[in-house]
Amino acid sequence: MSTILDKSLNDLIEAKVKEILDQRVEALVAEKLKKEKDSRRKRLAIAVVSKGTFEAAYAALILATTAAAMDMEVGVYFSFFGLNILKKGNQDSLKVVPLGNPAMPVAMPNIVSVLPGMTAFATLMMKREIKKKKIATVPELMQIALETGVKLWPCQMAMDMFNLKKEDLIDGLPDPVGAATFLEYAGEADITLFI
Amino acid sequence: MADTIKVDQTLDCKGLLCPMPVIRTKQAIDKMAVGQVLEMISTDPGSVADMMAWSKRTGHELLEHRQGNGLFQFYIRKTK
Repeated sequence: MSTILDKSLNDLIEAKVKEILDQRVEALVAEKLKKEKDSRRKRLAIAVVSKGTFEAAYAALILATTAAAMDMEVGVYFSFFGLNILKKGNQDSLKVVPLGNPAMPVAMPNIVSVLPGMTAFATLMMKREIKKKKIATVPELMQIALETGVKLWPCQMAMDMFNLKKEDLIDGLPDPVGAATFLEYAGEADITLFI
Repeated sequence: MADTIKVDQTLDCKGLLCPMPVIRTKQAIDKMAVGQVLEMISTDPGSVADMMAWSKRTGHELLEHRQGNGLFQFYIRKTK
């Protein structure tokens, strides 16, 4: 009888000790993780997917270069039409599309925007304004992004879809990656943006 | 106070718009030694809030900023 009692008492003590230990370890690990998270560099992850336009390139590159200047770690993922921004010799040929854009500085009805040459015209006007105001250009921002260690990932699937090879893209890019690789990176990011 | 700050280098960002003043500041600070002070001059009104945010995030100390005659002057000490 007494051995049975001893045994159940032992079990009880063991369970209690284990419970206290578990709680203590959990608290310590949580504290350590929080410290690590606070001390590590902030991370920005941007997915540029929907558009390969002038303004999409600006939005992505301005935020990416500024984040890098703020000591953040930055990764930008280019998929679908976004891949257009990474094509060799294309950085200065991105277009402003007036068709279906209700926010053009000079109001342009769609019936006019649809005419041949209107996209080129709108792009020219925008570029003129950018030059006049000394705003950084897409090639300049791209160069700064590459120099400051911003990772500009091409999407492998989009490259296959558009029949693009690594040589068709600008130099200095990391190898093309898939969705899982970017998501793994973005999963650890403090800021994630979709453009 | 700015008159008493010893400036080691001056960076002219006049005429530049966002994000260039911040990016040029970062590039200049990277080439300086810890403890040195950078004077950055811009004409972009947005650079006041931007430089404060940049200083807060990077830890480089914004000693003072002044404005007048359409110019914004920033004094930044490199801390690391």
